[in-house]
Formats: sequence, C-alpha cells, structure tokens
Amino acid sequence: MSEYGNALAGGLLIGLSAAILMVANGRVAGISGIAGRLLQGMQVSSGALFVLGLVSGPLLYRLIFAAWPSVTVTASWPLLVAGGLLVGFGSRMGSGCTSGHGVVGLARLSRRSIAAVATFMGAAIVTVFLAGFFA
Amino acid sequence: MNSTLLRPVATLVSGVLFGFGLSLSGMLDPARVRAFLDITGNWNPSLAFVLGGAVFVSALGVLVTRRLKRPLFDEAFHLPDNQVIDRRLIVGSAIFGVGWGLVGLCPGPALASLSLGLPATMVFVAAMVAGMLVHDRLVGRKVPGQTSAGTGAGTRLSQPR
Repeated sequence: MSEYGNALAGGLLIGLSAAILMVANGRVAGISGIAGRLLQGMQVSSGALFVLGLVSGPLLYRLIFAAWPSVTVTASWPLLVAGGLLVGFGSRMGSGCTSGHGVVGLARLSRRSIAAVATFMGAAIVTVFLAGFFA
Repeated sequence: MNSTLLRPVATLVSGVLFGFGLSLSGMLDPARVRAFLDITGNWNPSLAFVLGGAVFVSALGVLVTRRLKRPLFDEAFHLPDNQVIDRRLIVGSAIFGVGWGLVGLCPGPALASLSLGLPATMVFVAAMVAGMLVHDRLVGRKVPGQTSAGTGAGTRLSQPR
C-alpha cells in the first residue's frame, strides 16, 4: 500500500479505537490524560491495560508485516530531553494532546479542543520552521 | 457476559488498535511527523490523512454515543463538557506544540514505540513522564477539579452533548 493509503488506514483504525472506548466504556481515548492519571495513581488498572495495548500495537505490526514500523529520531539527546519535558508538561497543562483534543475532541466538536489543536499545530509548525535555521 | 468483564476487554482492544493504527499510519516516525509539520519546506502532507481518517471514525462513534443513554459496559459517560477556553488550555497547548515540533513525538507514538526498545524514544518518554509529574505535582495542584479531553476528573456523568 502507498504512504497515503497506510496513513488513511492507520487513521481509520485509530478512530475505531477511540470510537470503541467511547461507545463501550464512555471514555475519551486521550493518551496524555490516561498516562497522567496513571502517574497520579488514578484509574490504574484501566490505564495500565490501555497502555499495555498501545505498546503491543507495534508488536502486532511486526507479526503481520514481518518488519518494525520505521522510527527515525534525528533529535540529539539534550533536545529529546527538552522536547519530552515540554510535551509532558504542556499536554497536562493543556488537558490533552493529539489524541484527546485531536481525534476525540474534534470529533465531538469541542470548542476547547478546536482551540487546542489550532494552537499546538501552529506552535509545532512555527517550531519546525525556526528549527530549520539551526539544522 | 457482564460489563465488569467486558470493560477491560474493550480497554485493551482499544489500546491495541490505537498502537497498531499508529504503527501502520507512519505516526510513529518522528521524521515523518516533522516533515508533515514542515509546511514551508519539504512538506509531506500524508499524515493529514491519519488525523482525517481518525476524526471521521471517531465522529461516527460520537453519533452512536448520542443515541445511547449510557455506554455499553459502564453506568455513565465520562466525557468532558467544559467549554471554557482559558489561558491554561492555550499556553499548555502551545508548550506541547513546541515540544512536538522539536522532536516529532507526541505522547501516543512515544509510548507505543517503547516496544521497539530504541534508546532515543526511551529518553524522550522518561523526560515526558518527568514533565507530566512536574506539572501535576507543582502546577496542577492548584486546579484539583480540572476537566479535559483526557482527564476523568470533573466530567459529566450523563448523556454526552
């Protein structure tokens, strides 16, 4: 399948995942929320199960396609640490990330999520643009 | 079959589908993500199809929930109904966006890619966890009942919008 076909198929599956969690359990598939609550000792068993499934996803991909999904990290270690801190802190402060605000919030036409997605997409695009001058 | 048994099954299935979907879509690859964000440079728009496809199916799920009095395996919906766009939301999202742009990893792909055992993603996840703890221990304490797209606290317990 093409790059675009895989992107669409993967997206549809991510949407199915969010739809299942919403319809079956009435919960938002927001990764930063699930991870944050897990770290606070809230909803530990359901959070741990979801993360276990999430981590198993690439293993299932490996089983089916006999290859790992490609992961190319170009960032240096100091940049990885800085980026990780910002992603963790910001996603908790903004009450969500690409999944909670993006996949679920946009689907629910949440005003907060529309504002959040516009903000983090804008900030990320500007960051990549500016980082281009230092590369 | 009772709900207490099926609820964790649904959680696990949802997690596996999410991780597999991320793997198939290309979202696990920070280089692809940064190329998607590089709209003025060598732009690769393919990842727009990930968000488009995901929001489409997720929206079908939203339509189903609106026809239900309660979710299939739980007593009530736990969906946020906060509509207030405040400074926390915008500043937090901007900080998240900067980190996402710097490295090309957001929380879902970062956690999912742990199974590949790459030192770089492990370092990123460790820093991300530290960032979450710093926020929730120091800053988040002032707002105990925070609601969110991802948080369970202060959520509505009835029919979603």
